[in-house]
Amino acid sequence: MKQRHLGARLYLIVLLLVLYLPIFYLIYFSFSSGQNMNHFQHFTWEHYQTLFNDSRLLAIMLQTLLLALLSGLIATTVGTFGAIAIEAARSKREKSSLLALNNVLMVSPDVIIGASFLIFFTALGLSLNFGSVLLSHVAFSIPIVVLMVLPRIKEMDATLIDAAKDLGASSYQVFSQVLIPAIMPGILAGFFMALTYSLDDFAVTFFVTGNGFTTLSVEIYSRARQGIDLEVNALSAIIFLVVLIGVLIYYFLSVRSSRTKHNRRIGVKL
Amino acid sequence: MKNNKRVFFLVPYLLWIVLFVILPLLLIGWYSITDTNGHFTLENYQRFFGSGTFLRMSLNSLWYAFLITLFTLVISYPAAYLLTKMKHQQFWLLLIILPTWINLLLKAYAFIGILGTHGMVNQFLQLFGLGPVNMLFTNFAFILVAVYIEIPFMILPIYNAIADINPAVIQASEDLGASKWQTFRYVLWPLSWPGVESGIQAIFIPSLSLFMLTRLIGGNRVITLGTAIEEYFMTTMNWNMGATIGVILIVMMIVVMLITGQRKKGRTRK
Amino acid sequence: MKKLLWGISAILLVCLGLWGLSNKLLQSSAASGNHKLIIYNWGDYIDPDLISKFEKQTGYRVTYQTFDSNEAMYTKIKQGGTAYDLAVPSEYMVTKLRKAGLLEKLDLSKIPNRKYLGKNFIHQSFDPQNEYSLPYFWGTLGIIYNDKFVKAGSITSWNDLWNKKYRHNILLVDSARDIMGLSLASLGYSMNTTNTIELHLAKTKLDNLGSNVKAIIADELKMYMIQNEAAIGVTWSGEASEMLAANKHLHYVVPKPYSNLWFDNFVVPKTAKNPQAAYAFINFMLDPKNAAQNAEYVGYATPVEAALKYLPKSVRDDKQFYPDRKLVKRLEVFKDLSKSKVQEYNDLFLEFKMYVH
Repeated sequence: MKQRHLGARLYLIVLLLVLYLPIFYLIYFSFSSGQNMNHFQHFTWEHYQTLFNDSRLLAIMLQTLLLALLSGLIATTVGTFGAIAIEAARSKREKSSLLALNNVLMVSPDVIIGASFLIFFTALGLSLNFGSVLLSHVAFSIPIVVLMVLPRIKEMDATLIDAAKDLGASSYQVFSQVLIPAIMPGILAGFFMALTYSLDDFAVTFFVTGNGFTTLSVEIYSRARQGIDLEVNALSAIIFLVVLIGVLIYYFLSVRSSRTKHNRRIGVKL
Repeated sequence: MKNNKRVFFLVPYLLWIVLFVILPLLLIGWYSITDTNGHFTLENYQRFFGSGTFLRMSLNSLWYAFLITLFTLVISYPAAYLLTKMKHQQFWLLLIILPTWINLLLKAYAFIGILGTHGMVNQFLQLFGLGPVNMLFTNFAFILVAVYIEIPFMILPIYNAIADINPAVIQASEDLGASKWQTFRYVLWPLSWPGVESGIQAIFIPSLSLFMLTRLIGGNRVITLGTAIEEYFMTTMNWNMGATIGVILIVMMIVVMLITGQRKKGRTRK
Repeated sequence: MKKLLWGISAILLVCLGLWGLSNKLLQSSAASGNHKLIIYNWGDYIDPDLISKFEKQTGYRVTYQTFDSNEAMYTKIKQGGTAYDLAVPSEYMVTKLRKAGLLEKLDLSKIPNRKYLGKNFIHQSFDPQNEYSLPYFWGTLGIIYNDKFVKAGSITSWNDLWNKKYRHNILLVDSARDIMGLSLASLGYSMNTTNTIELHLAKTKLDNLGSNVKAIIADELKMYMIQNEAAIGVTWSGEASEMLAANKHLHYVVPKPYSNLWFDNFVVPKTAKNPQAAYAFINFMLDPKNAAQNAEYVGYATPVEAALKYLPKSVRDDKQFYPDRKLVKRLEVFKDLSKSKVQEYNDLFLEFKMYVH
């Protein structure tokens, strides 16, 4: 029994090493003074200096963040409304067809989403810029928000709403003081998922971006097509650090509060 | 009164469904049956099914998607199973999820360095006196990197499914004298199937659209359906042919969904 | 609910801050003021010292923005978001821009230094009277090879690429016109052919090249050739000159029977706010000394013939980068083909890529 445990741990550790190897490889060479990722020359901060002086890249980082926050906010609003509407559907058929339509974008490959949105924007005569990218990110984030919020509404005790109404609450009061607080965890999870979808996306943005607006993924892609540039390595080190700090904060917060319930949630995305 | 309220929630959501789900799909269908001047034609489909090039390309990309899914599953299943046996599962899980938050393009970029003639893998091989192996720009490299990227997305649903299995069931099977293999084959595997299924759905179709990998790692020697769509839309500007391949990809997607069954689970895009 | 509203406001506030900050960052890289000249050029395609020199001489403030493909530049000029005063498209794009009515006619009287341009490089078919464009750099399409893997001098014609020896060893630029063009040239057809049969023959011949192709890539080709990752690459002379500078094992040839001659050209878009500044800049760049300095920095071949005497002898005598008149006469300039023909080139090239294995 003990031995099996050892083997298990070994397998997982090797797997984790492989998963992290490319990331550490990038970070390692971000400190190399050379031009390529073959031989480590000597230690330098030079690439980080270039990075922090590259105002264009920094602006792209901020814009990517702005895009994620804004699209997350809008998608969460529309998605939450959608979940409420789906739950209030009059017939079972209406509900299931709404859900089916909701899931179309969840299962479609990114190229299809990107290509069809590109046709759509062109057909409408919209120019491709920050606006078109924002609309697309909102669009592909909505379904995941719905899926996050829906179970919360289902779980909610329907008698709560009735009780509030019996006590003379207006429909706005019911909405703001009963419904929203009850489904808050779902809304937060949805917002969080929308953020990750937006930050993660490359393919859809690649299709619908234009007029000089780029996100970090698209920028990295076009830089990678120019060959190795150790400034990108420095960038990845910074991103890794930020993600690591974020995850650690999240982990300790969630360990302190309810142990498993919350953590499961992140698993749902993936 | 109640109706009014529902309409208020429903309208933005329905607007999204119509504008970003139904309309883009209709447009992509429309483009596939017209020529560049907007006249009706079936020529695009004739071209697709009439030439060996397109059919071969489609079969190839299905084959790649199959291999990627298979290898991912073979590596991920034991990992997911072992995870359920570990202490501090949340911590391990977090370690596996963390790399997914590093931008996909950065990881692909890392492999340009790792797989090069003078990259890490070849330097490692040379320690054993093995000459430099040509790895970058091969089918092998493409599959390797794709599998690397998809592994976490396979581990999570399987882990969730196995963690949901009541340990007493496994215990019972062992008590009744079933061998390890029998327990796996007749108890564990069927019970964890929903997880495997959502893992496959989360990987098979999206791996058809990894056009950035076919370009950066595959050196355009691997053209998948997704790459072809991207090329037709972004490079050759033949949107009609691109839309045609898109429609074919959508049809394939529906077939895959039907094969793997249509149970609604927390599954994902990406 | 109150908390929620607070949260939403906080997010919106952060968004506003991000927006402001990113705009500020973008602006800090752009100049401001009345005497502005906005140049839209390829990345790393000018000696920055010359820009400062021009600013000092004339008092104009230059904003230098870059693009990485003719098509991207076309879209941006057409969209008109930024009022570029000067752009540098390739020859077929000059035709396309002109046809779309996006170009200003040049006031040649403001550009006296045009007299220094070599005869071979003006009055080209894409702009016979140079009404809309003047050449900035020119070059060829050719083969670069590494003498570690290929015997020096053994590659002289396009057909050498098909040699079975080079299996999985050739890098191609991902460009439909150029790769289809090399196949057409190897067959003796015009690189501007509109004959469908010739195009299909060229495509079939390309398919046979498939097993020799290692990858079809973009600008990263430069890095891979420098790192000895492949024996042979097909690329443009300007790119090649940078590779040669970085790796002494590399050699560049303009293959037989003929190849492509390309030009990048100064044009003034219709949207220009300050064409006078653009003329002043073109004139400044055509000054032989400046042109020579720029050519030395960028590594491409300058069409300013009077500039050659300021270049090091080793550079101007390099037949690969400054081919003699006889060779130049043999080279073919890409013409802007009809939309459906361009489509045909593109589609055949894509089908070739699907076929590579």
